[in-house]
Amino acid sequence: MKITVWGCRGSLPSPGPEYNRFGGNTSCVEVEHNNTCIILDGGSGIQRLGQYMKKDINELHILLTHLHIDHTMGLGFFLPLYNPNVKVHLWGPSSGDEPLLNRLRRYFSPPLFPVRLNELPSHPIIHEMDESQFNIGDVTIHSSFLCHPGPTLGFRVTCGRSSFAYMPDHEVALGSPNFPNEPEWTSGYAIAKDVDLLFHDAQYSSSEYKSKIGWGHSSMADAIKFATLCKVKHLALFHHDPAHSDQKLQGLLEDYMKNTACNFKITLCEEGNSYHLPE
Amino acid sequence: MGQQPIELILSRQFADSMNMAVFLVDPAGNLLFYNIAAESILGLRFSETGSMAVSEWATVFKPTDINGAPLSPEGLPLVQTLTNQKPAHGSFYIDNKAGEKLFITVTAFPIVGKPDRYLGAMALFWKAKSE
Repeated sequence: MKITVWGCRGSLPSPGPEYNRFGGNTSCVEVEHNNTCIILDGGSGIQRLGQYMKKDINELHILLTHLHIDHTMGLGFFLPLYNPNVKVHLWGPSSGDEPLLNRLRRYFSPPLFPVRLNELPSHPIIHEMDESQFNIGDVTIHSSFLCHPGPTLGFRVTCGRSSFAYMPDHEVALGSPNFPNEPEWTSGYAIAKDVDLLFHDAQYSSSEYKSKIGWGHSSMADAIKFATLCKVKHLALFHHDPAHSDQKLQGLLEDYMKNTACNFKITLCEEGNSYHLPE
Repeated sequence: MGQQPIELILSRQFADSMNMAVFLVDPAGNLLFYNIAAESILGLRFSETGSMAVSEWATVFKPTDINGAPLSPEGLPLVQTLTNQKPAHGSFYIDNKAGEKLFITVTAFPIVGKPDRYLGAMALFWKAKSE
């Protein structure tokens, strides 16, 4: 299973020289296994992914964790959606009141976007998800609602013996009065437990988080505590704040690790990075 | 160890932050959490008991009517909510673990997650003035 980061910035695309290393595109991650192509989120990073995809691909799956704009803003610029020879499956969270198709149409319609979904050469196939488990090719997806405003899912992606969890928007400490000591009462624990690789929201510094409780995102410190609780093998911090430059991000992690001992690998997600997990 | 659904995790967070007594139960009626305000009604401490099976906590307090006659479980708001998955409300007397007789009012409502998952119920308790 190969996992490639096409965007790991949170909230807002952040172009500029001070963001060159970790990248400015919003959430988009590609998961490849043999001929299976799964894309997690359609943030601005999906535009570049569409340019560099294999030319012979004829089917792909886009799994949206939620419909906040930074996770959907790139969809209209994703070239395979305009190729009638490519079958695109669009998966997203159930809301309980309005069908996913209707909610997607809000983006694919004026004044937000000039092209409507039914004007695409081939209408994407829409799938709704809640707490579910399903297979795409040889890859198993386990989806679970997470602590974040509006219906928001996290994914556990399993292929053979390898497992990867994707939680780009997750305020893990909010619902757990005794965080990080009660796995049963910790949002996201079931899908992150023992994974080989975890991409997790780490938008804020600890001091920033104090004034942003309830906004749906985690501090870097809480992401690391969560990964420790879940006994992951590698934590890649994701959803970088748009105001955090490369220098600031590196400084935050280095400062935190000065006083923390971890028995697993911790890195900052970088746009363009690929991770290979053995089968 | 499994993980509770996010709706129950957030319900517990809500209960934990309230100054009124709150019980949180799963669909089978097992008491998943009760807050500090509820501890004085039960006469127990959550930090000591943790979650309790329905068979365990149902015997902790004895609901009665004004004349001291025992109430059947079907007459209790939380049991009605668990049975019908609808809100219920009522007042009755209890003898709690600390040996006190209290007159309480209870409002119970089901917890239904997206898109349509019945996950349990929450009950809010008030110590009411005696009839």
